[in-house]
Amino acid sequence: MAKKAKEVLFDPLLNTNPIAVQVLGICSALAVTSKLETAIVMSIALTVVVALSNLSISIIREHIPSSIRIIVQLTIIASLVIVTDQILKAFVYDVAMQLSVFVGLIITNCIVMGRAEAFAMQNEPWPSFVDGVGNGLGYSLILISVGLVRELLGSGQILGVSVMPLVTEGGWYTPNGLMVLSPAAFFLIGVAIWIMRTINPDLIEEE
Amino acid sequence: MLEHYLSLLTKAVFIENMALAFFLGMCSFLAVSQRVKTSIGLGAAVVFVLAVTCPLNSLLYHGLLKEDSYFLNGIDLSFLNFLTFIGTIAAAVQIVEMTLEKYAPALYAALGVFLPLIAVNCAILGASLFMVDRDYHVADSLVFGFGSGLGFALAIAALAAIREKMRYSDVPLGLRGLGITFIVTGLMAIGFMMFGGISL
Repeated sequence: MAKKAKEVLFDPLLNTNPIAVQVLGICSALAVTSKLETAIVMSIALTVVVALSNLSISIIREHIPSSIRIIVQLTIIASLVIVTDQILKAFVYDVAMQLSVFVGLIITNCIVMGRAEAFAMQNEPWPSFVDGVGNGLGYSLILISVGLVRELLGSGQILGVSVMPLVTEGGWYTPNGLMVLSPAAFFLIGVAIWIMRTINPDLIEEE
Repeated sequence: MLEHYLSLLTKAVFIENMALAFFLGMCSFLAVSQRVKTSIGLGAAVVFVLAVTCPLNSLLYHGLLKEDSYFLNGIDLSFLNFLTFIGTIAAAVQIVEMTLEKYAPALYAALGVFLPLIAVNCAILGASLFMVDRDYHVADSLVFGFGSGLGFALAIAALAAIREKMRYSDVPLGLRGLGITFIVTGLMAIGFMMFGGISL
């Protein structure tokens, strides 16, 4: 049992990564990664929502009639997101403003719905919770690494602290303007997928 | 007045393109862009649903939810935004589906499975949230919803056309499928950034 829990927790990090392999939850991954700080806050918010929604849906899974299960799942997820949104607005107001509509869009983030539908509806509460945490972490892994690269190369900073002093401030680093623009996120995730598939050739698509 | 709506429409279609400037609706954007024909079907469904749900949510927001609303003046229910909007969207999609099935069976058959899937497309919820953010009124949000849908349809059809041609190219093994699609979309997004300089 302990071994299985470990698999459920760590598989989503590389082998079944929600973004790179299952192609879920891409929208927010692209839009909030121009800075590391927003990426981290978004990752935490999403991980909490996936874990809790998986847990609550799994607890009541026997009582949900299958014809209206989508509405029930959406209601649970929407309520959790409202709570998350209010907490973010109360404690990290600046970041919440930068994330703007993307906190609300966690509701339609396919990771949350996808895991509820694919895992929580068939499994016990505890493994479902662990599965939620694992998928949240897999999402965070991509989000934080993309955010790190974009902030470092785009403005020479990590979490707002200058690491590579810019030419304009008397340093040596000329910032790469492309990294601040949104298309950079596409290129970085494309390359991340390439690296993952080179390491693990089972994931290569045949066309 | 007409100028105002025209500029709003152009802005929604090109400059603030849902898919290529805000990256909303990416899941279906990447998954349903294998063939031009199916992607146009999905695009048409998105235009339809956005043009219905965006003004509807605007009506609800200005009528009931916000702090100085028409009917519930003085009670701030704006924290119920998400729950209300997603409910409206799910219901609207269901109603649109049943109406189409009865009165326009040809269109219904053409849209097929995409119609119910649209309820969880983030472009739809995103448009309603932008509507709140930017304080659009009912007429504004009708134009905005229609324009955003059109922009999404345009982008997904263009990507599908590129992917159909790409079948003849020699893509590195690890990049095949998803990887190269990301990079192509990134290049398309750079192309669409050119519209950013236009001021209306």
